[in-house]
Amino acid sequence: MTAVWGGIAVMVVGCFALKYAGLSVPESVLHHPMTVRAVELLPAGLLGALIAVQVFADGTTVQVDARLLALGVAAVLLMLRVPFLPMVFAAALVAALVRQL
Amino acid sequence: MTTDRSIIVDSLGVGIATGLYGVSFGAISTASGLSVLQTCLISLLVFTGASQFAFVGIIASGGNPLTGALTAVLLGSRNLFYGVSMAPKLDLDPARRLASAHFVIDESTAMGVTRTTTRQARLGFYWTGISIFVLWNLTTFLGALAGNAIGDPRTYGLDAAVGAAFLGLLWPRLATPTGRLVALVGAAVALGLVPVTSAGLPIILGGGTAVLLGMLWRPKATT
Repeated sequence: MTAVWGGIAVMVVGCFALKYAGLSVPESVLHHPMTVRAVELLPAGLLGALIAVQVFADGTTVQVDARLLALGVAAVLLMLRVPFLPMVFAAALVAALVRQL
Repeated sequence: MTTDRSIIVDSLGVGIATGLYGVSFGAISTASGLSVLQTCLISLLVFTGASQFAFVGIIASGGNPLTGALTAVLLGSRNLFYGVSMAPKLDLDPARRLASAHFVIDESTAMGVTRTTTRQARLGFYWTGISIFVLWNLTTFLGALAGNAIGDPRTYGLDAAVGAAFLGLLWPRLATPTGRLVALVGAAVALGLVPVTSAGLPIILGGGTAVLLGMLWRPKATT
């Protein structure tokens, strides 16, 4: 449990430092095109990885189950421009219902 | 001519819609094994949604909390650049900068950065940022209580909700070919590493590899 608190502390300090630094540093410091591009791409890369692990991983094994179906439902709803919260709720509901079968 | 009133109304609209997501964060967090106190403190002190979801997602999958924190901070790096774009618009003295930094997030930047005057940039930024902050923390608390009551997150499909939440956050970034490629590479590398590394690492390594490839790859169609 202590480790979780440690993680929270690191995350709190790190995330605030980034926000504060952005407002404070001169623009020229962060103007290198490679830096700008890396930061632009980082969320897509990390979120893609997070989705894959969240949907397919069970510990260190890879498996296909109700989570994949839920992700498919989420993708269809996003295509139909359904807002975030109902989309997440529907995905959870689909997974829960499939597991009842 | 954009009126102050219309900026406030739009900002509150964005604030309410976004602030409500907190309920999904709160429920997922406590269902992942974090306490109500930890969950509420994360929303209060971290206050940047994608990072918060990443942290609890990694904890839920058995990852090391430090790996989770590192992933969260990497995801939060975009706020650095939001700050850089907002600084000249907001024109703040050092004390106000410290007080305002917490509200530098996707939505407040989007609602503030396009304004032509300092006054209107501040209106958009603060009305959006603060309305999200208030609601996000309130709904986190409610969601955390609900998540606690549920017990096993799998019963109500809460584990599947995490994937859907990440997809919702990723969705706007899939509009470009580079965004799609980077997300796909990140997913593929992470998945390949799941059997061979400890939980959490596949995400950082997958995301990192994808960014490197994305920086090398330039679609010919763009100039």
